[in-house]
Amino acid sequence: MQALEQRLRAAESAGPAVPQAPASPSAAAAPVLPPPAPLAQPVPPPPAQSAGANAFNPAISLILSGLYARSSQDPARYAMTGFQLPTAAELGPAARGLSLAETELALSANIDPWWRGVATVSLHADNGVSVEQAFVQTTALGQGLRLKAGRFFSGLGYLNAQHAHTWDFVDNPLAYQAFLGTQYGDDGLQLTWLAPTDQFVELGVELGRGRGFPGSGGGGNGAGMAALTAHTGGDVGASHSWRAGLSVLGAKAEGLGLTGVGAGGGAVTSAFSGNTRVWIADAVWKWAPDGNAARTNFKLQGEFLQSRRSGSLVYDVGGADSAGAYRSLQSGWYLQGVWQFMPRWRVALRGERLDAGHANLGANAGGFAGDGYRPRKHTLMLDHSASEFSRVRLQFAQDRSRQGALDNQLSLQYLMSLGAHGAHGY
Amino acid sequence: MTTRCSVLLATASMLLAMMALPAQAALRVFACEPEWGALARELGGPLVEVTVATTALQDPHQIQARPSLMARTRNADLVVCTGAELEVGWLPLLLQQSGNARVQTGQPGNFAAADAVRMLDQPAQLDRAQGDVHAAGNPHVQTDPRNIAAVAAALGARMQLLDPGQAADYARRQADFAQRWQQAIARWTVAAAPLKGLPVVSQHKAFVYLYDWLGLKEVAVLEPKPGVEATASHLRSVLATMKATPARMVLYAAYQDPRPSDWLQQNAGIPAVKLAFTVGGTDGAKDLFGLFDDTVARLLAAAGKP
Repeated sequence: MQALEQRLRAAESAGPAVPQAPASPSAAAAPVLPPPAPLAQPVPPPPAQSAGANAFNPAISLILSGLYARSSQDPARYAMTGFQLPTAAELGPAARGLSLAETELALSANIDPWWRGVATVSLHADNGVSVEQAFVQTTALGQGLRLKAGRFFSGLGYLNAQHAHTWDFVDNPLAYQAFLGTQYGDDGLQLTWLAPTDQFVELGVELGRGRGFPGSGGGGNGAGMAALTAHTGGDVGASHSWRAGLSVLGAKAEGLGLTGVGAGGGAVTSAFSGNTRVWIADAVWKWAPDGNAARTNFKLQGEFLQSRRSGSLVYDVGGADSAGAYRSLQSGWYLQGVWQFMPRWRVALRGERLDAGHANLGANAGGFAGDGYRPRKHTLMLDHSASEFSRVRLQFAQDRSRQGALDNQLSLQYLMSLGAHGAHGY
Repeated sequence: MTTRCSVLLATASMLLAMMALPAQAALRVFACEPEWGALARELGGPLVEVTVATTALQDPHQIQARPSLMARTRNADLVVCTGAELEVGWLPLLLQQSGNARVQTGQPGNFAAADAVRMLDQPAQLDRAQGDVHAAGNPHVQTDPRNIAAVAAALGARMQLLDPGQAADYARRQADFAQRWQQAIARWTVAAAPLKGLPVVSQHKAFVYLYDWLGLKEVAVLEPKPGVEATASHLRSVLATMKATPARMVLYAAYQDPRPSDWLQQNAGIPAVKLAFTVGGTDGAKDLFGLFDDTVARLLAAAGKP
């Protein structure tokens, strides 16, 4: 007991921490501050951090997000006329009214001197949980090589690998929704190689099971998805930087559920079996005066996606159940600019267009509406970031995904992160 | 037969050796900030090939992992950064994506200057409500030339370790630099002696090591919290504080927006002093010696003690 009291007294006499705030004159005069000792010799390095079992805990971060949405068309009946969208994916604008968006929990750490591990778990507003990413990656292969295994976002294009909370708009472009089911993630392997040149050149190859749209989960012994990516980039002077790339994704589907707009205007569910190949060309250019983005900066980015499907389609599953050949060639692009016009404030504009093309439906010819339709969307965004860790966003969009039905969409969103410091990805 | 085998073997091993250690190759240094780039050039001379990731006009907290930086990290033999989480937003990403095993944390090719110096401003409490605080302490260690000396000693030793063939040359350069640097410190310390005890305002908590060296007293900071831009209301409260504890000048770094300091200059009638903060920040700060020549000269001029 006495020992405890002694320790307490010792702790008290050690005194409070020196205040960070400007000290009042009387406090400055008091002998609280030790005299600044002249430093002639370098001091030994500081001791390692606390050595408890917790010292090896991984970096943890949590993303909190929610939004208010209003739209002039019912989001529950969202469709892109002329496009067959994955039945399983959540596409289109968010549910009307107030809602919680995805809560994302991310953990990462080095596993040993050779591997690093990352897991991102998504907690959905409907109380569901999904594994967004869970992968291990080499850290010591050298020669610019890295191997990743597990579940991860594919390195296709520019936006695909980016997490939703880093997007510059509330939603991903229509082309990503129509051709990649918003964002393509798969279970598999990824090998990337960074060339030993001053010019950034990165090549990647991926193999996966083809877990999601445009794949259907495979089921065979082989891979259901293969992708190749190539990116290059660099700086122009101190103020400009850029990156551009070309990627291709091939995926196999067997009975993939697709929902389209039937010739009568109603939703038609069909099942596609065959191959899908998606080409993506992407480019981004960034500007900041003298390369100092803290005050003002500008980002221009655009991507072009082309999706070619060939195989067979069972039209109106559970209804007509009519099988026929299926070939389609569809494309789309978006172009967006984001301007930080003063510290903390950004404004952005995005224009986008899709082309439904003319699908060859064989026996089911004329089954779908919107042959050759070209959906359009324009989006205006304003956001405010009080710090690097919080952002509040207002967005207005005019969406012509549905032929003859303009959808005015308004969203108010917050995005916040706590825990480990986020990465400043390019 | 055996001779042919051994000739083949010898040729193969020679080829391998050439691939592993290209003759005459300079040690490739990737420096996160200009001061460490300049220091690597002082210590390595023609033995090193230095690329610097940022300029003095860029905020080192706010850099993105650009493609050009990734390519240069991939090719580096030695990454020299401040550490102490200054580059927490971009350096881990560069290291991860570079595919370069030599420069990963814990490898000899990864050097953090903050490990070689005594850190100041270590927060008693880690909470982002306190702004952009760094667990290891204030990372702007380069504003005290005594820290540069400590980092030079550690960096020189690291270069010798990485390029043992040239160790004697590095040691000679390091001794030469250390001598010139100690003389310069003595000169700056004498010249700056009249500044001791001078009360000053800082725009960002960027100069704690400079104050520690010269004995300047920081009476207020224009940023309400570290890394949070000055607001009008906070500027007014600083102005009110200065009625009780007047300051002689307000200091800001070259990469910062001068407007908050200019506002205080106009409203409090004290000079706003732009400091280079690192090599290249002002015309005078052409190298490490110029950096402190220029810093001391600007402080003395503003204090009216030339």
